[in-house]
Amino acid sequence: MKNAIEVKDLSFTYEGYGDSPDVTALRDVSFTVPEGSFTAILGHNGSGKSTLASILCMLEEPGSGEVIIYGKRMTGEDVTDEDIFEARRRVGMVFQNPDNQIVATVVEEDVAFGCENLGIPSAEIRKRVDAALDTVGMRKYARHSPHKLSGGQKQRVAIAGVIAMKRDCIIFDESTAMLDPLGRRDVMETIEKLNHEDGVTVILITHYMEEASRADKIIVLDGGRVLTEGTPAEVFSDPEKLWEASLDVPQSTELLYRMKKAGYDVRLDIFDAEGCAAEISRAIEKRRGKRV
Amino acid sequence: MSEIVLKDVNYIYNKGTPYEVHALRDINLTLGGGIIGIIGHTGSGKSTLVQLLNGLAKPSSGKVLFDGEDLWEKPERVRAARFRAGLVMQYPEYQLFASTVYEDIAFGPRNMGLSADEVDRRVRLAAEFAKVSPDVMERSPFDLSGGQKRRVALAGVIAMNPEFLVLDEPAAGLDPGSRRFILGGIKEYRKKSGNSVIIVSHSMEDMASYCDRIIVMANGRVIMDGSCAEVFSRSLELIGLGLDVPQVTHIASALRECGIDIGRDVYTVGYAAEKLDSFCKKA
Repeated sequence: MKNAIEVKDLSFTYEGYGDSPDVTALRDVSFTVPEGSFTAILGHNGSGKSTLASILCMLEEPGSGEVIIYGKRMTGEDVTDEDIFEARRRVGMVFQNPDNQIVATVVEEDVAFGCENLGIPSAEIRKRVDAALDTVGMRKYARHSPHKLSGGQKQRVAIAGVIAMKRDCIIFDESTAMLDPLGRRDVMETIEKLNHEDGVTVILITHYMEEASRADKIIVLDGGRVLTEGTPAEVFSDPEKLWEASLDVPQSTELLYRMKKAGYDVRLDIFDAEGCAAEISRAIEKRRGKRV
Repeated sequence: MSEIVLKDVNYIYNKGTPYEVHALRDINLTLGGGIIGIIGHTGSGKSTLVQLLNGLAKPSSGKVLFDGEDLWEKPERVRAARFRAGLVMQYPEYQLFASTVYEDIAFGPRNMGLSADEVDRRVRLAAEFAKVSPDVMERSPFDLSGGQKRRVALAGVIAMNPEFLVLDEPAAGLDPGSRRFILGGIKEYRKKSGNSVIIVSHSMEDMASYCDRIIVMANGRVIMDGSCAEVFSRSLELIGLGLDVPQVTHIASALRECGIDIGRDVYTVGYAAEKLDSFCKKA
């Protein structure tokens, strides 16, 4: 499988100004994101997640190390502006605060904004905007004013704007953090639909462990380094390690972990309520069986 | 202990215009003591309710009584209410403005007209409660991390020693460790100061772990009011309202389907583990 993104030994430092010292945000970070995959990035506040996201969509120049985006190396002396624009054409980003990324006074104009900047013919823009609004389920709000929408709806409009630009890879930088449970559910469903049905490569930065448990792969950052990476099953199998990194595990895993510590023979890699209940009931049955 | 009573309160935005919204309907509540959680979907009236407590919003009808006195009867009572019910808004770190952390925290108590010594005492005590480290007091609040900024903003309100500390989504956007840190600090503040705390939040997991009483709002009305156990045992109704319940509550109902009944009042992982343990010992 081809990789959308490859990162090798990436380090990044924010230069200090005046009396404030330099701050190293990333240290020797390496990972790959295969095309069409769903990767979640976890880490405490200040662990380097957002710096990494800005580098991956070329808003911030990589420091030392290597960043390869869709086969093109973005580090070194010979990187041209054209390379950077090309990378930005392939990787898009949706930010945390819905109110900070709406620019127009009508929903469909907001969705069209990015396309207009790319110089796409208007008939094509019309098609793309309608299709993008369908994808996020906001077609009926096309002529509405964005500022009267709920937070979740605004985020879906922002996502539609990125979809209309036909990005191959979309980075969601805590895009669900400011939403209520319903808004979060809608946005997560939209993200999964983009990934499953349209083959968009998704990188989701989040503080919600339940959201991360739905990814193909989780990368955990701690103090600018990769603390651990793997499938949700692998990463959440060591709750103590995550707690130490100021993170958490889904409640299902925490409950199973407590059962395991109490001597029950249970797996930890179950993230849905029904599966968790079935596992507990199986373990209890098994123990009863032994006693008899 | 102080008490705020809302009596037959209605609140209508843009009254008499086509944009009229009836945000609160016939609210009757007595608030005071413990940590009270207010939950409800977006647009349920939570934020309007909170703004009534310190006189930022005036009820369209009905009364807000602070220790029995009608808040809106005399203008000076409204001003006093701003200090008696300290409101920590959503994302309060965006409201920091002073050149040092110390100055920012001192702004509220200075506005109250306290002596310099008393202001200093309050600032240091508030910083301790909000877990703002003494070494950052002379630094610019804008140089701090998100979690630290949030705690400075919280200290600024605690420094006014409000009888009611009212927090709108105090842990939103923070990582799980910082959430535990800030909510733990609030719980400790409640215990040591004896002041009442009111938290508005969407996070059922947090509410379940920290609140003594939960008020559920929907469409401008109070529809549930009780202990965590009472409220979360009505999980199906909560889900019907577009709210979430903690995942462990879902697990408990799935367990019931498998014939393992650990009760309907399960809302924290610790409690679920305990109940499972005693279920197994009985069996």
